[in-house]
Amino acid sequence: MAVTMTKQILSPTAFEALERLSLSRRVLLAAVPVATTMLTLDARAQAERPVIDITRARTDPLPIAIPDFAGAQPWGAQIAQVITANLARSGLFRPIDRRAFLQDTPDGTPRFAEWRVIGAQALVTGRVDQQGERLRVEFRLWDVLPGTQIQGTAYTTQMANWRRIAHICSDAIYERLLGEKGYFDTRIVYVSESGPRDRRIRRLAIMDQDGENHRFLTDGTWAALTPRFHPNTREIAYMSYARNEPRVFLMDVDTRRETLLGNFPGMTLSPRFSPDGNSVILSAIRGGDANIYVVDLRTRRERQLTFGPSLDVSPSFSPDGQKIVFNSDRGGDQQLYVMDADGGNLRRISFGQGRYATPVWSPRGDLIAFTRLTRGTFAIGVMRPDGSGERILSEGWQMEGPTFAPNGRVLAFWRETRAQDARGAGYSCRLASIDITGFNERALPTPTDASDPAWSPLIPG
Amino acid sequence: MNRTLLASLSGLVLLAACAQAPDQGGAATGAGQATGPRPGTQEDLVANVGDRVFFDFDRSNIRPDQAPTLDRQAAWLQTHRQVRVIIEGHADERGTREYNLALGQRRADSARNYLIARGVDGARIRTISYGKDRPAVLGSNEEAWAQNRRAVTVVQ
Repeated sequence: MAVTMTKQILSPTAFEALERLSLSRRVLLAAVPVATTMLTLDARAQAERPVIDITRARTDPLPIAIPDFAGAQPWGAQIAQVITANLARSGLFRPIDRRAFLQDTPDGTPRFAEWRVIGAQALVTGRVDQQGERLRVEFRLWDVLPGTQIQGTAYTTQMANWRRIAHICSDAIYERLLGEKGYFDTRIVYVSESGPRDRRIRRLAIMDQDGENHRFLTDGTWAALTPRFHPNTREIAYMSYARNEPRVFLMDVDTRRETLLGNFPGMTLSPRFSPDGNSVILSAIRGGDANIYVVDLRTRRERQLTFGPSLDVSPSFSPDGQKIVFNSDRGGDQQLYVMDADGGNLRRISFGQGRYATPVWSPRGDLIAFTRLTRGTFAIGVMRPDGSGERILSEGWQMEGPTFAPNGRVLAFWRETRAQDARGAGYSCRLASIDITGFNERALPTPTDASDPAWSPLIPG
Repeated sequence: MNRTLLASLSGLVLLAACAQAPDQGGAATGAGQATGPRPGTQEDLVANVGDRVFFDFDRSNIRPDQAPTLDRQAAWLQTHRQVRVIIEGHADERGTREYNLALGQRRADSARNYLIARGVDGARIRTISYGKDRPAVLGSNEEAWAQNRRAVTVVQ
């Protein structure tokens, strides 16, 4: 989506806004009741005291009011609705029911007393002006208790692009109030599944993180699996069965132009881009062994990183590009291993009950998410890169394939429902998201059955 | 399972017949086979030889009880020298997609290597893996999984 968008900071000046921000964030967070819900932690998590601050999600969500934006409609109302839905879904905000509002669409400085009385701690106001084929959207974030503006920004963009404005505003609110980047101006690419289970049609599809702007990327002639985003969010790498030769392809998601990564011998699968976007790491199967290779995108030359008679698949780079985590059966069954980016210094990091698979490094670098498989259940969990601090976030019949939102706070994955009879009735697979605290699991809506989600980085520009 | 046994018995009978009257192009049929599948076809392979072998959980070695099927396939491929096949490797649903793609490929390669060791020209045998994505049996239980951990030989 090549979009021209201009951005302008509204008064008060950026400098003043920043000063007020640090002040008001303290006020806002101090006003949130201190976490007293530690008892809901399971014993394992409690015993291991995570290093990172994940207690915030267990505080009560922040009450925020998001009335319809003033000016041109229906955009004003729709933008407010998208922001409201984003913030509610995060589990960290509690948008106040609009029926409680004493003002409908504040334009100009709000009457703070009327927002205080309904319990709002933060208030979002805005105004939309139509300028020919373009929209100018002003957005302001207010700290209700002292009655001060935290942020004011204006965006100008094509009309068709109004949803992105709503997501960008949502990210700004999230970042200003929580002190970390948001993840709303992002997309999810996944495998859309339809048809009976033994003859499924698997097509790549892409959508905004809230399920909107859904479109298919492949037509289903050949099955396509395991799509992953390039850091630029415009390209993906995936495996396609095109011409019955399962190999790794690249695609520009705007033009849907597909190119073969390279003419490498054997089946190539489980691709992922390096954090700098200059190479693809993947698994290639030759002579019955699957080993990890890295392919330089400019020279298209491959370099082998693991060797030997094992199945090494699902490699993922650390965000600094220095390390690689993957799963291998070299020790007898599937476990997680970390090595340096050149293949050296290899060591196993998973030692819990069961098999471990599909490791993926958090964009924050602090955690590795994985699938854990036991005879009875599958689970999604996280551990530190050294293997310590393992926590299971969700368990069920079958689930796999975690992917991090760009701020490292939320994971998407896919969950399968068991077939109830020999004809496969009752089977389904759907996408879900969950906070890395293990709270706030939600279905990610898709038009069909769905698998293999990959969450994009924040969309640039 | 019973069907597999029956298939292997009838396969032996057919192989004995073939040894006496080697088939050239799959067109010639003896009087006794008039109603059976045309020799050298997928239907022939399925009915008279057995098109698939099964594997243990998370394993890709050829089980001793499955080796006779591959022995018959090797003999059948020696008889029908014009036939090229693709071996499709599969896994049960109790694994992750990517790992099962690799496991299915290793199973297909394992079956291919067995046939090559029995004298079949490797150039006639391609392999492909579908992982857990194309189950033969749609149930979610041990019986279904045992049927889905398989390598299937398909005439090209």
